[in-house]
Amino acid sequence: MSRDDLKATFFAECEDLLEQLSEGSQNMIAGSADDDTVNAIFRAVHSIKGAAGAFGLENLVTFAHCFETVLDRVRSGELVPDTDALHTILRSSDMLADLVELAQADSTEIPEAMPAILDKLNELSGTAAEDAGDAAADMDFFGFQPLVLDPLGEEGDEHTAPAQAGETCFRIRLTASSDLFRNGHDPVLLFSELAMLGHLETRCDLSALPEADAFDPERCYLNWDLTLRGQVTEDAVRDVFMFLEDLCQIEAVDDPGADGAEPVPDLSPPSVAEETAPPQVQFRAAAPRETPPAPIELALGAETRAPVSAETRAPVAAEPVNPAKGAAKAASPVPQTTLRVDPERVDRLINTVGELIINQAVIAQKLQETGLASNSDIMSDLDDYQYLARELQEGVMAIRAQPVKPLFQRMQRIVREAADKLGKEVVLVAEGEGTEIDKTLVERLAEPLTHMIRNAVDHGIESAEKRIAAGKPVMGTIRLSAAHRSGDVLIEIADDGAGLNRKRILEIAVSKGLVPADAKLSEPEIDNLLFMAGFSTAEKVTNLSGRGVGMDVVKTAITMLGGKVTISSRPGEGTLFSISLPLTLAVMDGMVIHAAGQTLVAPLSSVLETIRPRPQDIVPYGREGRLLSIRGTYVPIVHLGNLLGFTCGDEISSENILILIRSERSGHVALAVDEISDQRQVVVKSLEGNYGVIEGISAATILGDGRIALIIDTDAILTLAGDLGRDVALIEEMQHGKTAAMV
Amino acid sequence: MARPQQWSEDDVLEFVTLKAGGQSYCIEITQIREIRRWSPVTALPQAESAVLGVMNLRGAVIPIVDLAARLGLGKCDASPRHVIMVVAVGDKTVGLLVDSVSEILTVSGEQICEAPAMGHGDLPNSILGLISIEEGMSRILSPSVLLPSALREVA
Repeated sequence: MSRDDLKATFFAECEDLLEQLSEGSQNMIAGSADDDTVNAIFRAVHSIKGAAGAFGLENLVTFAHCFETVLDRVRSGELVPDTDALHTILRSSDMLADLVELAQADSTEIPEAMPAILDKLNELSGTAAEDAGDAAADMDFFGFQPLVLDPLGEEGDEHTAPAQAGETCFRIRLTASSDLFRNGHDPVLLFSELAMLGHLETRCDLSALPEADAFDPERCYLNWDLTLRGQVTEDAVRDVFMFLEDLCQIEAVDDPGADGAEPVPDLSPPSVAEETAPPQVQFRAAAPRETPPAPIELALGAETRAPVSAETRAPVAAEPVNPAKGAAKAASPVPQTTLRVDPERVDRLINTVGELIINQAVIAQKLQETGLASNSDIMSDLDDYQYLARELQEGVMAIRAQPVKPLFQRMQRIVREAADKLGKEVVLVAEGEGTEIDKTLVERLAEPLTHMIRNAVDHGIESAEKRIAAGKPVMGTIRLSAAHRSGDVLIEIADDGAGLNRKRILEIAVSKGLVPADAKLSEPEIDNLLFMAGFSTAEKVTNLSGRGVGMDVVKTAITMLGGKVTISSRPGEGTLFSISLPLTLAVMDGMVIHAAGQTLVAPLSSVLETIRPRPQDIVPYGREGRLLSIRGTYVPIVHLGNLLGFTCGDEISSENILILIRSERSGHVALAVDEISDQRQVVVKSLEGNYGVIEGISAATILGDGRIALIIDTDAILTLAGDLGRDVALIEEMQHGKTAAMV
Repeated sequence: MARPQQWSEDDVLEFVTLKAGGQSYCIEITQIREIRRWSPVTALPQAESAVLGVMNLRGAVIPIVDLAARLGLGKCDASPRHVIMVVAVGDKTVGLLVDSVSEILTVSGEQICEAPAMGHGDLPNSILGLISIEEGMSRILSPSVLLPSALREVA
């Protein structure tokens, strides 16, 4: 495993640990924490610190150390945290998460809030000055090059290096307890650290090895005798073993010339017992007492690696692993076992299953063409095949599904940070954290959601004075919820702030030339101005939002995910942003349509209804425009073939079938097509990989006959219509209210 | 005649020669993924005239470019006798509609002549070099011209 791989594993584990940490610290704030919670938090911080040390991530180590010290005091009951202290703990866990993120981005930048939090932590640990020193020492301790096996290897060459004046010789007996691996220690790291202090000789005692069938891979059976020579102080040596105090014995030997190869005086009781016990098993008898150095290293590598990597995740499940403790804590929930899989593997699987679905459709179509009766055996088998393929697909998609919880927890952090900076009191209420959506969606939602949440804190929630004046509680509330709604995921961000200042929005839009000064816009239209490029309502640029990235970026990001974002607001009561997203990006329900000799797919989610119009339903509008009269309202008709440039100037007639589609941006429009042939799930294939972006087309799919059909982008279709867009607005105005009722 | 820079004298290179618009062209064999018979494609809206559409290559959607039209030699009237060469350009895959594929040429770097600095239609630098063959010469195509223009800026 390369260092980069290890680092990737570290960050993956950090995610889990940070999640525990965040959950635990929130429980502490909420007062629902018990000893276990504090212990879990402590372990999480400790694990992060340990691993961060191994990678030389100094900022992280320094901070984690201070944080850990405080938590240790809480854990031992020395410190009973008050509200302020709890707040510090919460902010510290946020800071730790930030530091992990920075480390992941290979940045050594120190977040500006860090010194202040460190001061608070030091205050809490009660030993401000002393501790700061410790932290520094600790950093040195962790500063060594991680996972270096070489010092051990090189050590052989220096084996005969003569002792020099002023050198001290230490003999260390490391008696590994069974918990050595369980606590995440790796002797190799300790040895390489020692080897940096001076000249190190290691001797491994294999005598405790049991028979192969009694071998417990999670236990460490190895004991080591170490001889360290060099200009070293005892403290420096003890520092290396600071986490292993109970597990080893350190002894300074006065005679610097003492031969390191000489047998170490046996100090440890288990070893004494071993000496007197007769050799019991062949396996053990075969292992020579005095093993030459090289095999020891091999043994080290082989014996320690596997258990350690298996155990690094142990803090998560440490309790239940231990049978005795596990029984005592029967009440605590059993942690879910999870599988870490490279997302690429899952993607490959999803692609293959997608092909399978297409293949199934091809076979179905070919069989149908042979004129087989639909009640024949083979057709019913084919139905089974289709059913199984769907099942398989759903199962595979479920692998990618992830709860939104980590994303929402991250938002908690964003809210706290933003509120702190702005001096506002804001609480984020998360609902539906268990809602599962595609992993890609979770990842790609993070940025737009962060932006929206920051906006809500910055612009949505009023200042404390204004809130009091308005008779609202000082504490602002942002509600973040996720739910499944008819094949979509609905994410809502609602604040209880002042609502949108429509007058101001319109003024800004006019002053920036986004709309003409005499424009008459409906309230939703004004609200939607927020999503226009180059719009930012912040009266002064704060360093939170208003960095030039506006809501238009959010909208674009959501649209790219195949989702839609809408806004609604009530003055004085707050603003609600709704994001609706497809459950997955790989498959969608589509309507297969034909227009101008081309086969196209319309996303079923935007199809409201299909209409075969009577001649009198089609009303001329202007020179070429046509409106559809439907239930007392008028909807513009767009000829799809003409619009996409497949045909030119074709007339819209009652021969056409009209598909009424919904567009978030400009209401409804009816697409005139020649025929509707099918309604089915289609596998979405990107066009951007090998071709590029086509206006009006969102992606492509492969039909049953193996040919490609383009999937139309209903929103872009309306933009394409250009002039028509204005007409839509006009009609909307004319028919205001009626159109909305039609939905 | 001077030799193009990208090949040194003792390179041994393999090219696949093809005919498009009645002229002989060649593409380095390492860029060619496969050669298929023409089959109808799905037209793309707002595509330039040289882009015929997209086709399904075992689950991947690849654009098909009419090479003759791309090089300004007039549109090719595609029929089942025509051939599609699937070519990798950078990380993109593109299909080229050509009249026919002729042979594999093995040449050394010194046999490649520099192309005169005169473009093909609106495509400067489309020809990287020239190779003399029995029936005249073959033009080495620059990979970048093979892409649809929508992609060329990014490639």
